[in-house]
Amino acid sequence: MSAAPHERAPVLEVESLSKAFGGVQAVERVSFTLSSSELLAMIGPNGAGKTTCFNMLNGQLRPDAGAVRLNGRSILGLRPQSIWRLGVGRTFQITATFVSMTVRENVQMALINYHRRSRALWRPAKNHYIDEAMTLLERVGMDRQYDRACGVLAYGDLKRVELAIALANDPKLLLMDEPTAGMAPRERMELMQLTAEIVHERGIAVLFTEHDMDVVFAHADRIMVLDRGELISEGPPMAVRSNKKVQEIYLGSGAAHGVEIS
Amino acid sequence: MADFIVSLLTGLSSAAAMFLVASGLSIIFGVTRIVNFAHGSFYMLGAYIGYTLVQAIGSTGIGFWAAVLIAAVAVGLIGVVMEILLLRRIYKAPELFQLIATFGVILVIQDVTLWVWGPEDLVGPQAPGLKGAVFILGKPLPEYDLALIAISPLVLLGLWALFKLTRWGTLVRAATQDRQMVAALGVNQRWLFTGVLFLGSALAGLGGAVQIPKGGADLLMDFNILAAAFVVVVVGGMGSIFGAFWAALLFGILQTFGIQILPNSTLVLMFLVMAVVLIFRPWGLLGIPESVLQIPSGPPERPLRPALPRVRALAGAACAVLLALPIVHLVFPEVVGTFTLVLVIEIMVFVLFAAALHFIMGPGGMVSFGHAAYFGGGAYAAALLVKFADAPFELAFWAAPVGGALLAFLFGWFCVRLSGVYFAMLTLAFAQIAWAFVFQDMPGSVLKTFGIADEYGAPLKITGGDDGLNDIWPSQWASARVSYYYITVGLSVAALWIMRRILYAPFGYTLRAGRDSPLRAAAIGIDLTRHRWLAFAISGAFTGLAGSLFLFSKGSIFPTTLEIARSFDALLMVLLGGVQSLFGPIFGAAALTWLNDLFSVLSYWRFLLGVTIIALVLLLPQGLAGFAGTRLGRRLRLARPEEMAT
Ligand SMILES: Nc1ncnc2c1ncn2[C@@H]1O[C@H](COP(=O)(O)OP(=O)(O)OP(=O)(O)O)[C@@H](O)[C@H]1O
Ligand SMILES: [Mg+2]
Repeated sequence: MSAAPHERAPVLEVESLSKAFGGVQAVERVSFTLSSSELLAMIGPNGAGKTTCFNMLNGQLRPDAGAVRLNGRSILGLRPQSIWRLGVGRTFQITATFVSMTVRENVQMALINYHRRSRALWRPAKNHYIDEAMTLLERVGMDRQYDRACGVLAYGDLKRVELAIALANDPKLLLMDEPTAGMAPRERMELMQLTAEIVHERGIAVLFTEHDMDVVFAHADRIMVLDRGELISEGPPMAVRSNKKVQEIYLGSGAAHGVEIS
Repeated sequence: MADFIVSLLTGLSSAAAMFLVASGLSIIFGVTRIVNFAHGSFYMLGAYIGYTLVQAIGSTGIGFWAAVLIAAVAVGLIGVVMEILLLRRIYKAPELFQLIATFGVILVIQDVTLWVWGPEDLVGPQAPGLKGAVFILGKPLPEYDLALIAISPLVLLGLWALFKLTRWGTLVRAATQDRQMVAALGVNQRWLFTGVLFLGSALAGLGGAVQIPKGGADLLMDFNILAAAFVVVVVGGMGSIFGAFWAALLFGILQTFGIQILPNSTLVLMFLVMAVVLIFRPWGLLGIPESVLQIPSGPPERPLRPALPRVRALAGAACAVLLALPIVHLVFPEVVGTFTLVLVIEIMVFVLFAAALHFIMGPGGMVSFGHAAYFGGGAYAAALLVKFADAPFELAFWAAPVGGALLAFLFGWFCVRLSGVYFAMLTLAFAQIAWAFVFQDMPGSVLKTFGIADEYGAPLKITGGDDGLNDIWPSQWASARVSYYYITVGLSVAALWIMRRILYAPFGYTLRAGRDSPLRAAAIGIDLTRHRWLAFAISGAFTGLAGSLFLFSKGSIFPTTLEIARSFDALLMVLLGGVQSLFGPIFGAAALTWLNDLFSVLSYWRFLLGVTIIALVLLLPQGLAGFAGTRLGRRLRLARPEEMAT
């Protein structure tokens, strides 16, 4: 057996990450680390600052302060393209795919870019990296629908396609913003099960957010709780579940925030 | 000092019409996201209707102002008619498709105005009670100018109150910021849009009516104000009324003083200022930097598939006909005359031009309003090489695509950072600057400042200004009609095929990726700016090639080749053909060139063309190429069956 996740060198180290929008402090001095093969859940009510955190980690937003290191190297201030090159995959809360392309072409785009062929002017794009794309689609269970347009897919299927796209650059770190939002409860469990399997196979580190607590407690190795931009608790699922402050947020005003605890 | 103050006040008064028109344009765009090209025509109608009313009832002060107000309301109602009959049916049409519908309206209104009021410019009557002048430090200023200066702030105040204090105004503001939210609130979106069109059009009509005592009414005022109003809206920030106010003041003053620096090109000065503003403040002075301001797209484009057998066969047949035409011409000149060959050459030139524009517009989502710059710019590069370096045809010919590419490379560097309407406006600004460059023969003026001039000390003729460059013909071997026909057809078909290959290749897919989802594109490591820039340059090269074919078929070149009208022609061709299909620009260019030719002998050809365009927009909301996707087209096996959503 390999060492427990927290004993390995961390893939991602985040220190005092902060971001304000106008007067709203969306994220305030958030620090954590994440190791390979580890699934770290970031939970918190709506507007807690989860998506903002993700956007800073993949370079879409510039943090006001703090440090972010990937495998020991600072990635602060890099553009999303460069951060992706270093092995960070991302899925979005509201799915972002290329709607005018087929499922396979979406994955092929990621592969084409990974192999730096995006400026090729002659051979048709659909003939590039067919096998690799199909392998990835098979892995997420979308191979049978490979030729359908992303614009007509069901939402749950789009989430799977996004996962396949995010895996195309052989990532070290996956950032998954509500990977199961909009899915039926059973489908959610399946998708997270699948994600956990892939992650352990490939030794990927995963940071994900999730409103469905069943999914979180079933799959997360560790949980962070964010409230109004601040990290208020962090630890293994059991410890977080029994934490007084967390219970307050989730049971006190939690219902008003629209968080599901079932 | 007195001169300065009077000039300043004159500038402020000329800002009034600009502000009124621009604020209307801005409000309409903010809520409906429709770029209303017909807005300048509403301004013109305001002036004409106002003129007639003032003649009838405007002999007293009250009568005059009542006439102005009634004109504004009448124009507002015309806007409502346009909304109900036309725009309502096409809100869901693909990106910018509404634009050509409003373009059709411009043509119709032009001919209707000509028919009702005749071709002569109308000199406006003076406003009763404001016929005199006030003296400022001994300098005269017309009293009416003071009234105009007062109007803008009054209207601004009125609009502010309307938007802040009424429920309707709150809805309009909400719709400007977030349209889904309004739909969710259950507001009847239709009537909101209708109301907004009334308000916006009435403001344009008011602008036209109040300026009658100063400028009267003429048939060119629609396009003249349209360009200025767009600049004002963009510089002020789309959707911002206060932005439009300040920008109108800025340009009013700029115009008054600009006349003293650059006579007859104050519009170019405006575009120059706009280019600078957009480069440093991409969202205008008071605009909101948000993706919300993107022009909405229609239903998602279908995936690119290889052409169906029947489509391939049709394309092959079309090529065969093109190749056979000259042979028929030589054998049976009475069946296919010289005229047909000339028309086909012209059609192929514009097919290539439109396809090159579509290259960035369709797959890239970059709507260029100023592509004539690369068409004419390339042609001028070739012509100058012939005139001043005595370059042979074989060399000069290729200077156009190279020139077009270089120009696009230069302008593109600034443009590709912007998107949506701002991209469109910056490309337009650069095209206007390029136009001024050749129209005013700036190279000649620049040389003169270095002491290089002709023997009388006048600037050398380089671009030739208005006279253009003449007597530029192909070499002997290429100059016969049939030879040049084959050159044109061969090169344009080859160019179309190459562009098609590129769009099916990873590069083309990367462009589409950036258009579909910039967010996802960045998250899979695509450097969008670079790809867009390269695509812009490639498009410039093919546009330049079209320009070269055009130049050597005519033997001369004039600044009109770089005009706004030329850019809009190309835009119209792409949109009418169907922006979502690679065949679209081919159909659009062929149809429009042919229709232009057909109608141009008739007296009210604009009206006919306008009605035809509007009819096409309503019947085929996906453009001419969209026919393939209709039930009939599918039955004819021109398109695959529709994919069902899950
Ligand atoms: N671009 C922005 N401009 C201004 N404020 C923003 C912006 N993005 C987020 N915010 C604000 O920052 C705070 C955190 O938002 P964020 O989207 O990160 O929350 P979240 O935890 O992802 O919520 P949810 O569970 O609803 O996805 C919220 O108050 C939000 O309104
Ligand atoms: Mg979120």
